Amino acid sequence: MSITEILFWGLSFLALFSAIMVVASKSPVHSILFLIVVFFAISGHYILLNAQFLAIVNIIVYAGAIMVLFLFVVMLMNLNAESEPKKNRILQFAGLISGGCLFLVLISAIIKSVSANNLVQMGGGDYGLIKNLGIVLFKDYVIPFEISSVLFLSAIIGTVVIGKKAE
Amino acid sequence: MLLAIDLAFIIEKLVLIVIVVMASLVIAMYATYGERKIAAILQDRRGPNRAGPFGILQPVADGLKLFFKEEIIPDFSSKFLFILGPSMAMLTAIMTGAVIPWGNKIHFFNRDISLQIADVNVGILYVFAVVSMGVYGIMIGSWASNNKYSLMGGLRAASQIISYELAMGISLIALLMITGTLSLKEMVAQQQAGYWNIFYQPLGFLIFLICAFAECNRTPFDLAEAENELIGGYHTEYSSMKLGFYLFSEYINMFVSSVIMATLFFGGYDIPFLNEANYDQNWMALFGLIALMTKVICLIFLFMWVRWTIPRFRYDQLMNLGWRILIPLALFNMLVTGALILLKQSNWHF
Repeated sequence: MSITEILFWGLSFLALFSAIMVVASKSPVHSILFLIVVFFAISGHYILLNAQFLAIVNIIVYAGAIMVLFLFVVMLMNLNAESEPKKNRILQFAGLISGGCLFLVLISAIIKSVSANNLVQMGGGDYGLIKNLGIVLFKDYVIPFEISSVLFLSAIIGTVVIGKKAE
Repeated sequence: MLLAIDLAFIIEKLVLIVIVVMASLVIAMYATYGERKIAAILQDRRGPNRAGPFGILQPVADGLKLFFKEEIIPDFSSKFLFILGPSMAMLTAIMTGAVIPWGNKIHFFNRDISLQIADVNVGILYVFAVVSMGVYGIMIGSWASNNKYSLMGGLRAASQIISYELAMGISLIALLMITGTLSLKEMVAQQQAGYWNIFYQPLGFLIFLICAFAECNRTPFDLAEAENELIGGYHTEYSSMKLGFYLFSEYINMFVSSVIMATLFFGGYDIPFLNEANYDQNWMALFGLIALMTKVICLIFLFMWVRWTIPRFRYDQLMNLGWRILIPLALFNMLVTGALILLKQSNWHF
């Protein structure tokens, strides 16, 4: 086994274990902390693919900003197992089936994909570095990129509108 | 061979890591001494002068005292998270040192050894990621304390850090547009060849400096531990060395952010008015390190000077400054910088 393989298996185990613990742990705060570990493991995978920019942005945006807000809300509401409302059985069942369907689709997509046997990009592959990413985004995919930025802008305006209404 | 690893490379990096960690700990230790001395000078007192000549052993005495104090973990808190809090604070404070270039290459044992642990492609973003993880140390610790003052302090710290990160990021974008690179080493090399970035980005530096004060939870932004409202803030329930870790990580953060500012805006290990290439490599690395440390000590002095001069903000003033003044100012700075770069590209013709 090479060192990248050891890292790959270690990170995959960590990611899966923490992902299971997100669902399984009783306390919401623990769930969130495990979710942060998942993001870190996934960032580790990005680094193995030499996608450094994506890895670091994943940590800044998800682990650093969004999860802090999650933690904020959970701490302020002081959620725990006793105060959690009992969910409808049928709803739980529906959730299970729809989640399972998504899982199946994802697995079949990954199996069909070209790089299924090439999970680690060794050396040379520098397409994930910020310069190449920028060139691709602003040359080949300008229109989708701009459209998604408009989407973000509308989301920001939406939050401001909702925030104003509450006052 | 099971694992093909360059042993010399591993040893080289390990030695470098140990030196950087030890150095930041020792410097943080003497920053506490410096803080007390500077406070004393500004308040016309003598400051610590009992332990050793000029009180130079005071930080050692403080550390020993913290170790010997009784350790108390509150009954109703999650013990694991209670210990995780200060550990995270310390860990994130130390991790930033990994991407900082402490000097140029030195030549030893027939090897060129770079005085930087890792020259990653996304250097400054790595620093940002680690800084944004710093919130967790405070939030986890404050929540695990199971005390409303701690929780209030933790929430204040978290919202403050998130708010000021935005302005800090935007002020950095303007700098990145000029340098065109994220690697800290590249930035230093550019400043060695040309002028320091402070001359291109004075407003950006000011915004960055204010945000650095807020990110380090230093006065005038230390609302997370406002004694007269929140007892001790997020570390109310902590005692012994865990409290020491929280207090200590603040000083390491201050040191690291001074190094970052020196690297980004003041040329890093660049010695002004001197062409380094003309002299011996090893000596230049040493003098470069001394130059960097001189800049860092000046910035740390600025941190302390401000702390003992300016009173603490009110919380609404803090939020107003962050969202209504600093972010628009940083955006304005970014737009002006972008416009000037465009004009320069078209040879100053509209």
